[in-house]
Amino acid sequence: MHGMEPPALMVEGLSKTYAAGAPPAVDALSFTLPMGQTWGLLGGNGAGKSTTIAMLLGLLVPSAGRVVALGHDMARDRFAALARMNFSSPYIALPHRLTVEENLRVYAHLYGVPDATRRIAELVEEFALGDFAKRPAGQLSAGQKTRVALAKALVNRPALLLLDEPTASLDPDTGDWVRSTLERYSAASGAAILLASHNMAEVERLCSNVLMLKGGRMVDDGSPAALLAKYGRDDLEEVFLDIARGRSKAESAA
Amino acid sequence: MIAPSARGGSSRRIWGLMYRHLALYRRSWPRVLELMYWPVLQMVVWGFVTAYLVGVQGHGLAGAPGGATPSGLGAPGGATIAAGVLLGGVLLWEVTLRSQMGFAISFLEEVWSRNLGHLFVSPLRPWELVAGLAAMSVLRTAIGVGAAMVLAFVLYGFGVWTMGPVLVAWMAALMAMGWAVALAVTALILRHGAGAEALAWGVMFGLAPFAAVFYPVAILPGWLQPVALAIPAAHVFEGMRAALIEGRIAWDHLAWAVALDGVWLAVAAWVFLWQFQQARVRGALLNIGE
Repeated sequence: MHGMEPPALMVEGLSKTYAAGAPPAVDALSFTLPMGQTWGLLGGNGAGKSTTIAMLLGLLVPSAGRVVALGHDMARDRFAALARMNFSSPYIALPHRLTVEENLRVYAHLYGVPDATRRIAELVEEFALGDFAKRPAGQLSAGQKTRVALAKALVNRPALLLLDEPTASLDPDTGDWVRSTLERYSAASGAAILLASHNMAEVERLCSNVLMLKGGRMVDDGSPAALLAKYGRDDLEEVFLDIARGRSKAESAA
Repeated sequence: MIAPSARGGSSRRIWGLMYRHLALYRRSWPRVLELMYWPVLQMVVWGFVTAYLVGVQGHGLAGAPGGATPSGLGAPGGATIAAGVLLGGVLLWEVTLRSQMGFAISFLEEVWSRNLGHLFVSPLRPWELVAGLAAMSVLRTAIGVGAAMVLAFVLYGFGVWTMGPVLVAWMAALMAMGWAVALAVTALILRHGAGAEALAWGVMFGLAPFAAVFYPVAILPGWLQPVALAIPAAHVFEGMRAALIEGRIAWDHLAWAVALDGVWLAVAAWVFLWQFQQARVRGALLNIGE
């Protein structure tokens, strides 16, 4: 079935330079994310992950290259794609004076969700939001806010979900709950997920493929197992450090 | 399981944006009070000033006991006409002011709550954002100016509706001017971030001296009159004075006001869309609250 539909994301030569003469924040990035898969976007601070995600969402106009999301060219037809996409980041708040339910209803309307009341009730149950569904979003704990943000990101049952550090600053229990939720959603829906993360264990657990960014360029990619084998490492964090610091296993042991 | 077909289209998305703002007011009576506070305060102050000037304090502007009779403003000559012109100016200028502030402050609510990132990655089109903000400005204006209009009638016996059905057209022209200015202010916020928010509160006050709110355009120096006549509100207030003083509808001024509104809105929409696109090029949409 997935063979008949376009890939979730097709990225060709994507580049972004913020100012003339400045080095590119993202440089000639190309990849194709198939439907039904979860991929990770890894890189140190300033590697270009957030810039890449902003371009994929249409928030940022690329300097070169193109993005085709769910079969729609984001330069010409981004709203058709955005209706079937969604996004979550701990760095972008939801209106903090609105209650959790009101926030979900706003986004149900914006995404044209059929039978919004029923969908909100499903999300409240699935994400265990019942105890604080009528409380303003600004009064919630970090973990509760993350659950609400994830519920908002799934309100339209997106075919493509982009996540920027979905478990940042969460305790291990809540982080594990978020990862389990994403696994369930991906398996049940066949949606594609692209997540930027600094949590290597999370990437190893969730992602079937990893794009390694450094200085705006994709310096390597592959499955977590393939990358571990290629770099001769036992965990992805060591691979990340090898790439970020430009070192080899022998150099790091010396 | 994935993304069932969306329902409602543009109207649903515009309602979603309105719902987001209405939810704020539903739970916050100070916000509702704030909508009425300044228009009512303006009306009270100007009403007493006017009453003092015309020497009918305590007897109503129309000279009727208790001041409950709004008629008579069309009578030729006399202080009642001057009173009507002043109070009509206050009320109608509030329409422009509240329209502009209602639009711009609703946008600032998104900036303050750092919600723009979520809005702009949703299918909400820029024109739908503008339509939602304009609809909120209509509601905010209706509440604020409506309260002031009722107060003007109860306290001073001045019913702005004595101008007749054309009042609706005058008010619509003033609201459109408010939206045009608010669009330009919103464009500046997109360009300069929250640092430009002071304009949302004060920009319209700078236009007031040239908008001929309380005096005819002819009072202005000759070199300033073309400037005034390029402002839609100046034609509305000329028309208001024609209605109150001469009892006629100044169709020429109405036509000018509508035409100028069209030009102002077109220019402001172009500036807004240009700055929106520039913000997408600069990557400013995610951190515009900073």
